[in-house]
Amino acid sequence: MVAHGEIHVVHRGGNKINFRETVITNDSRFLLCASGESVKVYSSSSEECVHDLQGHTDLVSGIVRNPSNHLQVYSCSADGTVRLWDFTDGILIKTFIIGYPIYSIYISENHGGVVFVVVPMANDKSSELFQLVAVHLPLSGDQEVEARELSAVLCDVSPSGAASFGRKGEYIAAVKGLQLEVFFFKKQKSHRFFLKSGNKKGAKNAFTCVSCHPKEDCIATGHEDGKIRLWRNFNQKKEYTYSTLHWHHGAVNTLQFTPEGTNLLSGGIESVLVQWHYTQENQKDFLPRLGGAITHIAVSPDGSLFCTSHSDNKITIIQSCVKVSAIIQGLVKGEGVRTDLTIDPRSKALVLNGKPGHLQFYSLHRDKLLYNLDIVQQEYIHEEGLDQFEVVKAAFDTRGNWLATVEERTQKGSELEINLKLWAYDEQTQSFMLNTTVTAPHEDQITAMCFSPSPETTMLVTISFDGHFKAWLLADHSDTKEGACWSCDFVGGYHHLKPGCCCFSADGSLLAVGFQEVVTVWSPSWELLTTLSQPPGAIRDLCFGRLSCSKYLLGTSTKNQLCCWNLLTCSLEWSTPVDVSLLQADPLSENMAAFCSQSGCSDLFVFKPGEPRPLYSQKALCTGKVQRAVFAPRDQMLESCEEHAQWLNRSQLYFFTQHMDLMTFSTKTEEDRLLASSKRLMVDDSVAVTPFYLLLGKHRQQQEALTNPMAERIQLPQGSIAIKELLYTPAHVLPSASFLCSMFVRSLLISSSSASEEKEPVEEEMESEEEDSEGEAELRDARQDLGGSAAWGPGEELGAPALTKAQERELRRVKHFDHSWLSSVLEC
Amino acid sequence: MGEFKVHRVRFFDYMPTAIRAMAFNAHTERLALARMDGSVEIFNFTDHYFQEKVIPGKDSRSIESLCWVGGRLFSAGLNGEIAEYDLENLRPKYSLEAYGGPIWTIISNTQGTQLAIGCEDGTVKLFEVLEEHIQFERNLDRQKGRIISLSWHPSGTHIAAGMMDMIRVFDVPTGHAVQRLLVDRGFGGSKSRETVVWSVAFLSDHTVVSGDSAGKVQVWDGHTGTLVKTHLVTKWDVLALSVSKDESSVVAGTSEGTVIQFQFIAPTLHQQQDKEWVRTRTFKNHTHDVRALAEIETAIVSGGMDTHLVVRPLLEKFDEKSHASGLRKIHFPHVIANNINLSCAKKAGLLLFQFPGQLELWRLGDSDEHGKPGDRLPLKRKPEKLLLLKRKGEDHICCSALSSCGGWLAYSTVSSVRIYRLQTDNNNISITKVSKLPKALHSAHQLCFSSDSSKMFAASSQSSVLVIALTQSECKYVHTLKPKSGSRQPIHLMTTSGDGKWLAAANSDCEIHVYNLQKLKLHCIVPVYGSCPSAMGIHPTTNNMTVVHADQQVNTMPSPHIKQYTDWSRKLQKQGLHNVWLDRDTPVTHVTFNSKNPNQVVLHDMHMFCIIDQSLPLPDQKTQFYNQMTLRSLSEQERPSHLHAFKICKTFQDLLCVSLLDDQSLVVVERPLLAITSQLPAPVRQKKFAT
Repeated sequence: MVAHGEIHVVHRGGNKINFRETVITNDSRFLLCASGESVKVYSSSSEECVHDLQGHTDLVSGIVRNPSNHLQVYSCSADGTVRLWDFTDGILIKTFIIGYPIYSIYISENHGGVVFVVVPMANDKSSELFQLVAVHLPLSGDQEVEARELSAVLCDVSPSGAASFGRKGEYIAAVKGLQLEVFFFKKQKSHRFFLKSGNKKGAKNAFTCVSCHPKEDCIATGHEDGKIRLWRNFNQKKEYTYSTLHWHHGAVNTLQFTPEGTNLLSGGIESVLVQWHYTQENQKDFLPRLGGAITHIAVSPDGSLFCTSHSDNKITIIQSCVKVSAIIQGLVKGEGVRTDLTIDPRSKALVLNGKPGHLQFYSLHRDKLLYNLDIVQQEYIHEEGLDQFEVVKAAFDTRGNWLATVEERTQKGSELEINLKLWAYDEQTQSFMLNTTVTAPHEDQITAMCFSPSPETTMLVTISFDGHFKAWLLADHSDTKEGACWSCDFVGGYHHLKPGCCCFSADGSLLAVGFQEVVTVWSPSWELLTTLSQPPGAIRDLCFGRLSCSKYLLGTSTKNQLCCWNLLTCSLEWSTPVDVSLLQADPLSENMAAFCSQSGCSDLFVFKPGEPRPLYSQKALCTGKVQRAVFAPRDQMLESCEEHAQWLNRSQLYFFTQHMDLMTFSTKTEEDRLLASSKRLMVDDSVAVTPFYLLLGKHRQQQEALTNPMAERIQLPQGSIAIKELLYTPAHVLPSASFLCSMFVRSLLISSSSASEEKEPVEEEMESEEEDSEGEAELRDARQDLGGSAAWGPGEELGAPALTKAQERELRRVKHFDHSWLSSVLEC
Repeated sequence: MGEFKVHRVRFFDYMPTAIRAMAFNAHTERLALARMDGSVEIFNFTDHYFQEKVIPGKDSRSIESLCWVGGRLFSAGLNGEIAEYDLENLRPKYSLEAYGGPIWTIISNTQGTQLAIGCEDGTVKLFEVLEEHIQFERNLDRQKGRIISLSWHPSGTHIAAGMMDMIRVFDVPTGHAVQRLLVDRGFGGSKSRETVVWSVAFLSDHTVVSGDSAGKVQVWDGHTGTLVKTHLVTKWDVLALSVSKDESSVVAGTSEGTVIQFQFIAPTLHQQQDKEWVRTRTFKNHTHDVRALAEIETAIVSGGMDTHLVVRPLLEKFDEKSHASGLRKIHFPHVIANNINLSCAKKAGLLLFQFPGQLELWRLGDSDEHGKPGDRLPLKRKPEKLLLLKRKGEDHICCSALSSCGGWLAYSTVSSVRIYRLQTDNNNISITKVSKLPKALHSAHQLCFSSDSSKMFAASSQSSVLVIALTQSECKYVHTLKPKSGSRQPIHLMTTSGDGKWLAAANSDCEIHVYNLQKLKLHCIVPVYGSCPSAMGIHPTTNNMTVVHADQQVNTMPSPHIKQYTDWSRKLQKQGLHNVWLDRDTPVTHVTFNSKNPNQVVLHDMHMFCIIDQSLPLPDQKTQFYNQMTLRSLSEQERPSHLHAFKICKTFQDLLCVSLLDDQSLVVVERPLLAITSQLPAPVRQKKFAT
């Protein structure tokens, strides 16, 4: 996946945390779960992520406790390594290189020095067949050890979680398809038991999961039709016997005996945790309404804590099967993102549909679900084939004061039901409150909607397959008590064509609506200004250029065309024949990202509308079509000097692959920084709280403030009226560039005053270190420069001075560091 | 296969009665089964579960429990009598009043010397089993409350008795109760109701297993009288228990129609101590109460309110899949199908149906129309019930016959035979009872008329056949045909040849005797085949005799008097029958012939009918057996190469009788199982998911 040297496509945030069974530590304080390429350590009481154990280079596929040391865990990954971690300190202790992709890991305390892993059949790497092998972990002091001593135990096992060790590790039971296989280690012999595939009486006998009783010789297996079978006497080929328990109506996803063997836990699609009393099977306890289908159950070694993973990327911590004590929620990824990916302008959270009928707000920086907003406000009923309301569209206005959502329900043989809801942000409750509900805003599906970015009016435009687009205005009814509410202001159409997409220009002065092959451009007073078209092919996506490129309108068509129209001349500027599946504009720069699908893979091109030359391109980004993408603004601006990485400076591009993986682009500098911060964190933890530590800590904070001078929000150079004018005037009404140039230069001349204006709050912060404020001011200047020029033209050569500045700053900091250290010692 | 006009008869609303009790004789491998109407059926488990014998019921008799002592069968019922059955003459031998009120249960000890019965008045009575009789010996200590169930310890020293709310253990030599095991009542509303211990089992290690009306199967220690384990298996009653021979498994039948197996299993492998009774498998083959249960060597046999007998093989006892390892359901008593009599006198097709209490005579419908295959023809004349003849006396009808001309009708109970003269003219039917019957004719196991209706044959005791000459005015005893073999078993099949020369009679010893009717003497015995004949027939014109056995083997002989098989039959025996044919689980019940085509034999069992065309090649194991659909898709030229001798039609289901009339029309008598199920009382309420 690596291309261009240092831009990587990485998983960052939004990973599956329900991929494999979680592991609860011996003292029940921590919870470990595989999350993408790392292992996350959560505190079981506070739900917070304590450590992120990074080191694997591919998907982590299993975690087990080290039976000989309760502070260590083994993890395995598809990168072919097994790693031993100290999870309390987050330290990688050892890496064992197996050499084959690993799909699960099992361990038994009766088999010392051996781990059991599931790897593909050796002879055929691409095949779907997997085998369970025993790996002898060599005793060696090295950090990285090659473990090549493999011995096959079971052939043809299922790749995930369908094996279990029996009493005292005497045997291992594995299920796949219609077969249960029990391997006895002492006799080195395996017994196989088959069930009939018969679909008679609705029985679906395929095995789904297995768990062995820890004290007795009893194997519990779960089946697709919801039955649980308890196998006994399985050392005999014919005289084996089983009893059947049946409560689940769907497949039993997971089974787990408690450590004492007194209870059997099972879970499935019903999202009910069922606790069966062993030997009193008709007595069972239920813990219902856990939210999503249960995919895994983990039990703490003392049996006091249960932990269920759910299909909606959630981990629930349950105390002694009666009380849900904590919920760790990851990014909910259903079958697809119905709403587009959007960024909440206030919280900078990623917003998409999550739980059925909800919008989720997911903080990408903290990798944490902030909250769910109930849009549909109806009880969700789990039933197959039942059509329910789903959130299909969501849009924010530029300031984040308004949220518009569309929910729809399609029922076979009845009309489409659509509701448009508008939500106002309430400062007091810090959440969105329902303001207006419009039932049946259109006669057919709403295909797109967007808020006008213009600051004067609050306007929403929805377009629909019924051939119309509607503009909704916030009408102020100050006389009535209800306050403002939304109403339809304008209904437009074009030759009864079906509109497919719409887009407002950056200042809200133009609205472009794509009617199949024709792009219509409308003024705010609803005059049809012009039509543009570039047949053949219907318009798929429309995007106005931003900032310096705001005179351009980009459109993609279904017939593999990417066109750029100049709105001043109303003519086609350029077009290229690429099959763009997704076009996304960066709200903070003039960059555009286009995802193209080509021969089963997706390519990315980043370009500026002004020139049909890509700033950055990456072939074969991922397999399949990229479904959704969004530019998320960065917390801290990056200062990358390399040309092809500059587009990542202000915002980060996140996208969903076909398999619903959230991926993003990351540069080397960014990764280095992340690594550094995690290392520092590690050292921090190891130091005890002493007066010396406090002193050191205080100092380090200052140092951090220095190293990250960009910590405050980046502010666009909007202080200058001239630049503001320049930027907010619609492109097609701007005077010629030569005229603007002189104006711009003039605006630069008066920039010093604006800089000093800005300096004031900074000085307040920096009171303690006056000697540094000068340099800081200088730095600020440079940044202003950078921002200004970036807003204007391609600032390619600006990287070089910035670098030297950075170096100077580095030098100064070193100087300052020594000095303050001495002074603080003296103070003490 | 040919096209036929089919009379699809669905107006035979026969209703089998519920199964009440069951006893398995491991020595002879015979299962005795008692139904609610007091009839007893004997199944031979060594011969494909073939129903060998039926002892017809009686109005006043009710059977609660059955018990084998050696080869002797005893029953006890709520009429307070103990009865022993004469299995050779298919009638009760004697019955004995026990003087203890209604009897709930009867058991014998393992030695076969004593019988114990549990009575309503709270006594357990011991009877001594003598050569020809049984004799009252003594009472055990009388208890308050009725004795519902009994179980004898294999050593013979103790008896466990299930009562209301408790189980008592008696010491047999002293007759005193030594243990009193109190059984808990049900939960909730049923707390106030007494718990009935429906069934107990006393195992050799002094473990008592009980099943009760609170839905519990409980395991007790018989030495100390303590409860070891309780399995709550149902919300309703546990009605029956049965222990396997090696005492490693117990099955329990419940009101929900389930049979639940418990096994004696050690908690850990490789260790034989500390075994526990663990609930393992659940079988659900019934919709209603499972009242009777037997766990035999290789299978679990269950029967109950839903009237069918289920043999559920235990697959772990079989080495490989075979016809014996398949589930078997026996729906109808064989005798019912055997006693549907059809006469095809001229144009008036008459059908005689036998019920336990009455006979029904029907005339088939008629139609002139012609249609495409699969069409329903409109009826010119609807089928018509001509006659309903109620039996006299308490005894149920055991057999009946209608002469082929439609002029004579006869039926028999265990105590009497009645012959009627039927006259039909212009839709008027008159019936006259033949008043004077020969003395020798007092009961018959099977009745049969000769093809010219001049003689009637009645199968009597010891495999003998009485020949009765019929004339317009009277009927006269002619002769008694006796077999030479000296077999004492009853005759269950009889057939005559079309020319009136030969009579073939098959008995339960698998022998088929052929009698020469002109000389009135035994001609020969057909080569004895190891399996009981389930149907046989003689071709009306060619005298070709076809015998089908319970193991599905088909044998043909050129004529009844020639003691050898035909070439076709030899070829069939040499090549072997197709596995699909052998794996069928119901016996063939009728054989009829196509008078136009001597090569064609029509056979049927419950799920199909088959025309065997002897002129076509036999199928080998690789050919597709059910090939009618394939043949239909093939072109005319290709068809002959795919034909084989067995042409099977599965259009009609739950068949009781298939017969070919002279005018090439087929009479098909169906008794849909769905109609039987719908007439059963509602089963106990069960919570069904998603309702």
